[in-house]
Amino acid sequence: MKLLLNGDPITTEATTLDAVLDENGYAEATVATAVNGDFVPATLRSSHTLTEGDQIEVLAPMQGG
Amino acid sequence: MRDFYGVTLANGFMLGTAQYPSPAILADAFKRSGASVATVSLRRESGQDRAGQDFWALIKDLGVHILPNTAGCHTVKEAVTTAHMAREVFGTKWIKLEVIGEEDTLQPDVFGLTEAARILSEDGFEVFPYCTEDLVVAGKLVDAGCEVLMPWGAPIGSGQGLNNVFGLRAMRAHFPDIPLVVDAGLGLPSHAAQAMELGYDAVLLNTAVAKAGDPALMAEAFASAIKAGVQAQISDPMEPRDMAAPSTPVIGKAFLS
Repeated sequence: MKLLLNGDPITTEATTLDAVLDENGYAEATVATAVNGDFVPATLRSSHTLTEGDQIEVLAPMQGG
Repeated sequence: MRDFYGVTLANGFMLGTAQYPSPAILADAFKRSGASVATVSLRRESGQDRAGQDFWALIKDLGVHILPNTAGCHTVKEAVTTAHMAREVFGTKWIKLEVIGEEDTLQPDVFGLTEAARILSEDGFEVFPYCTEDLVVAGKLVDAGCEVLMPWGAPIGSGQGLNNVFGLRAMRAHFPDIPLVVDAGLGLPSHAAQAMELGYDAVLLNTAVAKAGDPALMAEAFASAIKAGVQAQISDPMEPRDMAAPSTPVIGKAFLS
């Protein structure tokens, strides 16, 4: 399945959001996620099934004013 | 000082965390500033370098209140989604709500801002809206559930100070019970002192400290100015007058001509 992860194309066999995060280096990281522009809470990542072409955003704390 | 959603701050210094030369200088600036609030944001995280994790550890060690922002959002949808993501990551209901409407000035889209403020307030957020000094918009924001207002002093990052003192003074008079924060546009400690002299509860700034040649020293200077402004405000300053009034007594002056 082809997805966009933070704007970059990836190919994965994983089908859920938490599996894609683990596969791409985010295990146990403090991040927030959205799929196709909609917030996906951490508690729902394991049950959130992805489909071809989904756009995943993974955000973390960053400097801000 | 008025409470911010039930939280009494140690002082009226809210300091941003962006643009510092290094993390160590950021930490030093916060230490010297004594700031009670740090603003932060959310940005894309790389699964390889995970830079956000180190930054978050640094910020938690500062021991200050965290105020996440929705900087860079141009639509209600973007801002609301970012706020939800921030609440989960930072573990706070506070959100500095920015809905930008114009690129040259980074002026807020006050229509989108008001709508987003209503949505978020109804969802339990405690909204700090980045707004202008427009009294009508400010009233709409209060109606939408905002218990804090954050009018700009000048465009973000411009360092111009308080461009509309009349408007800011009117806002203070119009909303005597609402905590007010001058957010954005401050360049010098004297600007912060002026805001506090107007009766504002806090100032929020970033660039003026981070881009100074010595950020930690500038942070300390702002802290001193904020304290001076508060002291001046509560000591009931004199009213300005148009004509001179001699301060040295005239009675007893020698006749020497």
